[in-house]
Amino acid sequence: MNQRVGDSAGIKFSRVEKKFGRLYALRRLDLEVSPGECVALTGRNGSGKTTLLRIATRLTRPTRGEVTFPGAPPGTMPAVGYVSHALMLYEELTALENLLLFARLLQVSHPSERAAQLLEAANLASRADSLVRTFSRGMKQRLAIARALVQEPSILLLDEPGTGLDTESAARLVSTVRQLRDEGRTIVMSVHGESELSSLATRAARLDAGALIADTRLGATFQAVFAAGDIS
Amino acid sequence: MKLLSDTAVLLQKELRAEFRSHELLTTASIFILIVIVLFSFTFDPTTAESKQFGPGLLWLAFLFSASLMLQPSFLKEKTNDTLSALRLAVGDPFAIFLAKLCANTIFLLVTELILLLVFGVFFNIAVMPVFWKLAFVFFLGSLGVSTTGTALSAVSSQARMREVLLPILLLPLLVPVLIPSAEATRALFEPDHALRWDWLGILIAFDVVFLTALWLFGEYLLEE
Repeated sequence: MNQRVGDSAGIKFSRVEKKFGRLYALRRLDLEVSPGECVALTGRNGSGKTTLLRIATRLTRPTRGEVTFPGAPPGTMPAVGYVSHALMLYEELTALENLLLFARLLQVSHPSERAAQLLEAANLASRADSLVRTFSRGMKQRLAIARALVQEPSILLLDEPGTGLDTESAARLVSTVRQLRDEGRTIVMSVHGESELSSLATRAARLDAGALIADTRLGATFQAVFAAGDIS
Repeated sequence: MKLLSDTAVLLQKELRAEFRSHELLTTASIFILIVIVLFSFTFDPTTAESKQFGPGLLWLAFLFSASLMLQPSFLKEKTNDTLSALRLAVGDPFAIFLAKLCANTIFLLVTELILLLVFGVFFNIAVMPVFWKLAFVFFLGSLGVSTTGTALSAVSSQARMREVLLPILLLPLLVPVLIPSAEATRALFEPDHALRWDWLGILIAFDVVFLTALWLFGEYLLEE
């Protein structure tokens, strides 16, 4: 049985707009993600998925509108884990050094134990002392997710996490995200529609040219069909 | 306290990465060595001329090598978007700057002190009697160079012409560091080996002003 995370928070985008020069990346977007929901964000390249995720992390400031976190204590920002497709890892450090660096910055109690635990969960314990630049894309992706989980975030934002993965690595990723979803974390992941990761979503939101054009809560049948496909 | 502990963690990361790759130290050392040797053979100065013009030449070499050394400071954080990971993890973004400028100052100082000995040999100047005083002047000068250079490295890493932008912005801004550093170094080669506090005062003031500006406005340099 999966251990559930406490104090799960959601994300609420209210009239969020982002302009880069004259270009609109997001247009007055309203979207509320409830605590514990798993949302698949779809849309073509350049539709605004990455910008939306970066605004949720507060790495990017919206031109207009605001992002709040329902369920989080007032005036606080919940722990957010973010995996971008650039992976956000230091290639010249080892896997263990990467996790220890972020565990110490995030003031995780017992950073060494936490890093070891995450490496074990990512099936990278045997490569803990190897430099990240010697890793395959799949191993880097697993380590990137481990890094995002260092402080046990209640919100997880994944930007095209399946990019460049082979079948085995992709299956492992699906299994990891399923486990994180079942632990009760709020997950927003940008995916391409046909991805197996989509089957894990409880809701799908589609962006086009920075606007939200579809927002569908997915039924159990939809998930079961994809889940069955995933197992086979 | 969080600022200091974050800075210590990040400084450790910077030092570990550099002492593993030796990229910056090697590049800067070779550059300064080439400049010293070329100038020595080109001008073939007497000892008196060396004491007169050597410090200016030495500091020019330090500045050009610093522009090489400081360029990758933030640029390498762009490769895997690690800067975003750091921004999400640190309490105060100034910790990122503080760690980088401490690391850059250490790298510059180490390179300068090693190359100082080579300078002494090629320009026939006895540097050992004033080694620690020179080290103090070099520290103040390097701190000024690193503070300004680290801030501009953050700016240039987000620009399109990033490879040429840093030297173009950095070198004119560092004139107030170059002149007092060269003058204070020259004074140490005089017979009385005196520390010129008038020039050092300018260096200290420059360091304090730019460090304060970085502390106040550094956060905006990291925004997208």
